Amino acid sequence: MSLDISFIGILIGSIMASSVPLILAASGELITERSGVLNLGVEGMMIIGAISGFALMVITDNLFIAIVGSMLSGVIISLIFGFLTQSLLTNHVATGLALTIFGIGLSAMLGKNFVGIPGKEFPILFSSLKESIPFFGPILFGHSIVLYFAFALPFLTNYFLKKTKLGLIVRAVGDSPVSASNQGINVILVRYCCILYGGAMCGLAGAYLSLIYTPQWIENMTAGRGWIALALVVFATWSPIKVLIGALIFGGITILQLHMQAIGFRIPVQFLSALPYLMTIIVLVVISRDSRKIKLNTPTSLGRIFYKEK
Amino acid sequence: MIKIEKRNDVPMALYFFTPFIAIILTILGGGIIFYILGFNPIEALKFYFITPISNLYGFSELLLKATPLCLIAIGLSFCFKSNNWNIGAEGQLTFGAIVGGGVALLFYNQEGFYILPLVIIAGAIGGMIFALIPAILKTYFNTNEILVSLMLVYVSKLLLDYLVVGPWSNPEGFNFPETRQFSNSSRMPLLFEGLRIHAGIFLALAAVMLSWFVLYKTYLGFQIKVSGLSLKTAKYAGFKGKTMILVVFMISGACAGLAGVGEITGPIGQLHRMISPDYGFTAIIVAFLGRLNPFGIIFASLVVALTYLGAETAQIFLQIPKYTGQVFQGMILFFLLASDYLLFFKVKILNLKKNELRY
Repeated sequence: MSLDISFIGILIGSIMASSVPLILAASGELITERSGVLNLGVEGMMIIGAISGFALMVITDNLFIAIVGSMLSGVIISLIFGFLTQSLLTNHVATGLALTIFGIGLSAMLGKNFVGIPGKEFPILFSSLKESIPFFGPILFGHSIVLYFAFALPFLTNYFLKKTKLGLIVRAVGDSPVSASNQGINVILVRYCCILYGGAMCGLAGAYLSLIYTPQWIENMTAGRGWIALALVVFATWSPIKVLIGALIFGGITILQLHMQAIGFRIPVQFLSALPYLMTIIVLVVISRDSRKIKLNTPTSLGRIFYKEK
Repeated sequence: MIKIEKRNDVPMALYFFTPFIAIILTILGGGIIFYILGFNPIEALKFYFITPISNLYGFSELLLKATPLCLIAIGLSFCFKSNNWNIGAEGQLTFGAIVGGGVALLFYNQEGFYILPLVIIAGAIGGMIFALIPAILKTYFNTNEILVSLMLVYVSKLLLDYLVVGPWSNPEGFNFPETRQFSNSSRMPLLFEGLRIHAGIFLALAAVMLSWFVLYKTYLGFQIKVSGLSLKTAKYAGFKGKTMILVVFMISGACAGLAGVGEITGPIGQLHRMISPDYGFTAIIVAFLGRLNPFGIIFASLVVALTYLGAETAQIFLQIPKYTGQVFQGMILFFLLASDYLLFFKVKILNLKKNELRY
């Protein structure tokens, strides 16, 4: 295999494509966690988004409806989580886990009649530029609109959290719900919104898989990406820009292992696949050891139940 | 007008009664989903919850599936009671199976009464070591045990995958991703001719008895419960928090490791990729449904095992995917958590007359 410059361009392009679902889901989860809510249901919301998007595409033959529908389905399923954790004050960890288990089961049930149906080609932008410019062409052009959105999202998220009033409110709610509540902020409402937004992004991440990345429906097709996205948020120490970098590293590992298999590289594939998980653990250890480092961005009230005596 | 008040103490009767509410609501919810999908709900529920256990073979299968769930959930109850969120039991199960399976493979062409005990002990130690990773990182590096134990699930599954396709794969196995068959001495003795239920069930029952004794009759159990109720009180009482975290994780990991060994030396008889249909995750539901009580967990493991069996039966008779078991499992936990609201809050219906002062 020749490692010429155009091949590297194509390689980078495919790494970008494989990191999109991670960026979307992790950016959504980041906002949720920044408001103090730990939703372990990412995998479940993604897989529901994947089947809803694909099913809507088959039924309506309209990709726009499919994309919007997948986000809506993510919102609906995350509403279960929101209602339980915010209104009925249930434990975040257990509820999120239930959401993942439920989502995987429900998606298989709903997707029963959609197995084996071929997907539709998703339109890509600037396809002519992709071919004509060497190296930069496959990196910058010829992607779906969802990819461009995904790569803008971490910057938008960063701007939202740091520069806008709403972002400040989200952070305040996550860091100190009691003080935020005393300031007249409706903590429960803010958290509901953040949970639903997270659901929408996870739904979109799922739809990216079933409509664009591998356009078909396969049972359990998210294959643990939701858990990687969760790990990614911690890996990035709750900073949106680092989510982007982390997603590219994790996506890169996925792509690299495919190519290494092809050229008969000696390191076992499983070891490469385990790297994202091991790296997350190492990052966790490094940031947790130094309490100042983890305090910088970690939402202080993460996973804790907020209850206001009425 | 409805008024909601926080209860001062949780009524114990209600505490053990709400799981039944959750189960009934789950069955109703399942019926509604079946109806929406175009099945006759009564018939579908019958295939799900009655057909699987209507004969002796089915009943043996129920116990076979309940055994690992019960074992893991017993272990998890130690962690959850003391506020340690070990959600990586699936990984501890897998690693226990790897270590136990490795010992069984050493003796693949030998027979002897001592082999099975060695395999079982190796499995328990394997699970224990794997659970110690999140525990040590939590106690000495202050890391979040939820995330570490979860990440390790995938690491252990990939390790198993590597072993069964690589160094441990059966040399005469035509490159199938599986190891050699274990020798008969590494297999759990079957309890009845023609049924798959094996001696592993006694391990689960022993774990139930032991955990009841430890939790309710020993100082360690007292410490665990106090730490779960209030970390501040535990600190004030001078309990050694770090040691306790290590101990509960070791207990939990050993139980999960035993469950893994029970599977590979019981119904499976070798190592391959699919040694557990996510028993480690489902056992979390079992632990909650059983209210972290050893005897409650026996009951809960039977209920949740039935969702596995029902899903298999429904797949055969109704051609719906096996994953539907997870719909029921998820719903059970949703409804259980939701009904907990009744435990902590009183819903009062007040009659206010028009001219009465509202406050």
